[in-house]
Amino acid sequence: MLDVLKIEKAFGTRKAVDGLSLQLRPGEILGLLGPNGAGKTTTVAMIAGLLIPDAGEVRIQGRKIQGDQDPLKRQLGLVPQDMALYEDLTAEENLTLFGALYGLGGKDLEAAKVRVLESVGLHDRRKDSVATYSGGMKRRLNLAVALLHDPALLILDEPTVGVDPQSRNAIFETLEALRAAGKALLYTTHYMEEAERLCDRIVIMDSGRMLAEDTLGGLLTRLPVANVLCVDFDSELTLSAFDGLETEACVSSLTFTRGRLRVGLQDLCLDVPRVLQKLADRGLRWSHLECERSSLENVFLALTGRSLRDA
Amino acid sequence: MNAIWALLLKDLKVFFRDRRALLMAFAAPILLGAFMGFLFNGKDHEASKIPVLLVDQDQSPLSIKLAVGLGSDKALELRPSEAAVVRQEIRKGRAVAALLLPKGFGDSATRNFFQSGTKPTLILLVDPSRATEATMLRGLLAQHTMEVVSAEVFGGPSGLSMLKENAEAADQNPNINPAARKALKDLYGNVATLNETGATKGNGAPGMKLPYELKEEEVTAKVGVRYNGYAHSFAGMGVQFILFMGIEGGMALLVLRRSALWKRLRTAPIGRHSILVARILSSAVIAAVLMLGIFAVARMVFGVRIQGSFPGFLLITAAFALFTGAFGLLIAALGRTPEATRGLAILATLVMVMLGGAWVPAFVFPPWLQKFTLVFPTRWALDGLDAMTWRGLGFQASLAPAAVLIGFALVLGVVAWARFPFEENS
Ligand SMILES: Nc1ncnc2c1ncn2[C@@H]1O[C@H](COP(=O)(O)OP(=O)(O)OP(=O)(O)O)[C@@H](O)[C@H]1O
Ligand SMILES: [Mg+2]
Repeated sequence: MLDVLKIEKAFGTRKAVDGLSLQLRPGEILGLLGPNGAGKTTTVAMIAGLLIPDAGEVRIQGRKIQGDQDPLKRQLGLVPQDMALYEDLTAEENLTLFGALYGLGGKDLEAAKVRVLESVGLHDRRKDSVATYSGGMKRRLNLAVALLHDPALLILDEPTVGVDPQSRNAIFETLEALRAAGKALLYTTHYMEEAERLCDRIVIMDSGRMLAEDTLGGLLTRLPVANVLCVDFDSELTLSAFDGLETEACVSSLTFTRGRLRVGLQDLCLDVPRVLQKLADRGLRWSHLECERSSLENVFLALTGRSLRDA
Repeated sequence: MNAIWALLLKDLKVFFRDRRALLMAFAAPILLGAFMGFLFNGKDHEASKIPVLLVDQDQSPLSIKLAVGLGSDKALELRPSEAAVVRQEIRKGRAVAALLLPKGFGDSATRNFFQSGTKPTLILLVDPSRATEATMLRGLLAQHTMEVVSAEVFGGPSGLSMLKENAEAADQNPNINPAARKALKDLYGNVATLNETGATKGNGAPGMKLPYELKEEEVTAKVGVRYNGYAHSFAGMGVQFILFMGIEGGMALLVLRRSALWKRLRTAPIGRHSILVARILSSAVIAAVLMLGIFAVARMVFGVRIQGSFPGFLLITAAFALFTGAFGLLIAALGRTPEATRGLAILATLVMVMLGGAWVPAFVFPPWLQKFTLVFPTRWALDGLDAMTWRGLGFQASLAPAAVLIGFALVLGVVAWARFPFEENS
C-alpha cells in the first residue's frame, strides 16, 4: 500500500528527516512515534505529496504521485496536525466542499456525509457552524473530512491532541473499524499509550532517524528489563542497605531513590519471591509493593537515553 | 471546473453570511459617498453666499448706493461693520473679506470717471485661504462700482457739477489741441444735458450696465441634466471600499496558505490554479455586487442616474471587479505576515484611490498630475464610471477604461501566479 524508501528532507542545514524507510500494508495501523521535532510532520508531508523529498521516494500502491490532479491522490486521506476546517461553514458545508474537490456529488456525497458524520458522532450537530464546536468536536470533524472520499490510505498526524478521553475513544473506535475494513493507517503520535493500544507495528523516530521498528511485543522483548519490581520503605535507608543485591543472577538493574527501590527482573514468577526473601533476610520492612510492566517509554529511554516526555 | 465552482461558492457563502461585515462593506462607501457628494455637489454650493463685511467711512450718496448694489448681489452676503473689528472677524473665519470705503470715496470716484486724477483707495482685506471667493469678489466690486458711479455721472447732482468742472478744466488746459478740446467740451456738455433732462431716467436707472445677459448651462450628459456630485463621490468611495474588500480576499488567501487547510486542499486531486482562480472570481463577484448595490442606493436616495451607456457601466464594473480580484491575489502572493501585509496594502490602496481621483475628482488636479495619474488603474475606473454616469457618454467611451483595467488585472494576475508560494518549502 505504502512504501517509503530512504526519504530525506533538510530545512536549511537542519535535517528534519534523514533516511527514513517504512512499509504499510492494508488492514494495518502503523504507529510513528517520536518526540516534538522528531520529523513526524515532515515525514507525513512527504508521504502526502506536499513536500518533495531531497532524496528517496514515496510510493503509494506501487507508484509515485504525479502532478496536482493525479487520480492516485484519491487513495490518500490526510488528517493534518492542525485543524483544517472552514470555521464559518457548518460541518455539512465543509464536507460538501471537500467532497466536491474529490469529485463527489449527488447521492454518493449525501451517503458519504451521513456515513462519516455518524462514525465520528457529529450527525446531530451537522448544521452548526464549526466555530461553535468544542476542540474535541473539531478534531472529530477534522478526521471525518479525511474519511469522506473513502481513502485506502489514511495518514493521521497527531489526531487526538487536546481531545478528552471520551472523544479519543470515539476516534480510536473509528480507526479500528477502518482497519477492520482493510484500510491502511499511518498514525503519528508522541503518546506512547496511544501507540501501545492502537498500533500493530510501531516505528520509533528521533531527530529525523528511525530508531526501531517492530510490533509492541517485539520492541519490549528487546529491552534488557521486561519487568520492574518497586519496593517502598518508610525507614531512612541508603543504597548501602542493598549492597550485594545487584550481583544476584536474577537482578538486571537496581536503583534506590526517595525511599523507592526499583529492581529490574527477567522473570516475574521466579524472581520476585527471591528478591523479597533477600530483603526480608536483611531485616528490611517494606511499606508498599508494586510491579511495573515495561513500556514504550522504557524502550525510548533505552534507545535514546532520554525520556520521551522530556525529549 | 467543479473544484473552482465549489471553492467560489464557499467564498461567497462566507462573505455574504457575515451580516455585520456585509453591512460595513455597503454602509461605509454609502455614508462617505453621501457626505462627499454633499460637499462637492454643484447644486448645494449656490446656496452658500460669500460673507463680506462693509465699512462705509464715506457715508456719501454714492457709497450708500454701492452698498445697496453689492447687498443685492445674489453671490454676496453683505454685512455692515466697523474698521476696528473686521480683521478679527476675518481671522475667525466669519467673513471671507472686508471692504473699506474711505472718506471722500464718492466724490473722487465720480471725479475720476472720465479722467485720471488722484483715485480713491479702496481697501480689501481677504482671507488667504479663500482666494477663489476673493477673486470673485473683486470682479463683483468692479461691476457694481462702475454701475453706481456711471449712474451718478449720467443722472446725479455731483455728476453734473463734475461735468461742469471738467469742461472748464479742458478749456484751460494748454496741452490739448483745439479739435480735441472742442470734442471734449461737446462730450461733457452732452452728458450734462442728458443728466439735466433726466432722459436716461425714462429708460430705467441711468448709467452703464453690463452690456449682456449671461445664460449659463452645465455641460453634462444631456441638455437639462445637471452635474451630480453624488455620482462621482459614490464611484470614488465604491472603488475605495471595494479595493479594501479585495485586500481582505487576499488576506484570506494569505492566511489560508499558512494554515492546515492549505495542506488539505493541496492533497485533494485538484489543480493548483483552481484555488487561485476561485479566489479571483469570488472577489470579483463580490466586488461587482457591491458596486451595483452602492449605485442602486445612490440612484434611489440621491438621484444618481446612469446617463450614459448602461452596458458600458456594466462593462467597467466587471473590469474593475476583475482588477480587484487580481489585486487581492497579488497581495496574497507577495505578502509575508498578515498584519504587516494588510497595513501596507491599505496604504497602497489609499494612495491609489487618492491619485485616482476618488476623494477629489481628477479634473481639479493640475494638468501634469492629471497626466501622471493615468498610470493608476483607479483613475481609469473612476473616469470610466464618471463617463457612464454624469458625463453621459456612450458605450464606446467605456472600452478604453475597461481595456486598461482588464490589462492591469492580467498583469497582476500573472505576477501573482508566478510568485505564489505553492510549495511547502518555498
Ligand atoms: N517549514 C519548515 N522550515 C524550517 N524548519 C522546519 C520546517 N518544518 C519543520 N522544520 C523543522 O524540522 C524538524 C522536524 O519538524 P516536524 O514538524 O516534522 O516535527 P514533529 O515530529 O512533527 O514534531 P511535533 O511533535 O512537535 O509535531 C524540526 O526541527 C523543525 O524545526
Ligand atoms: Mg508534527
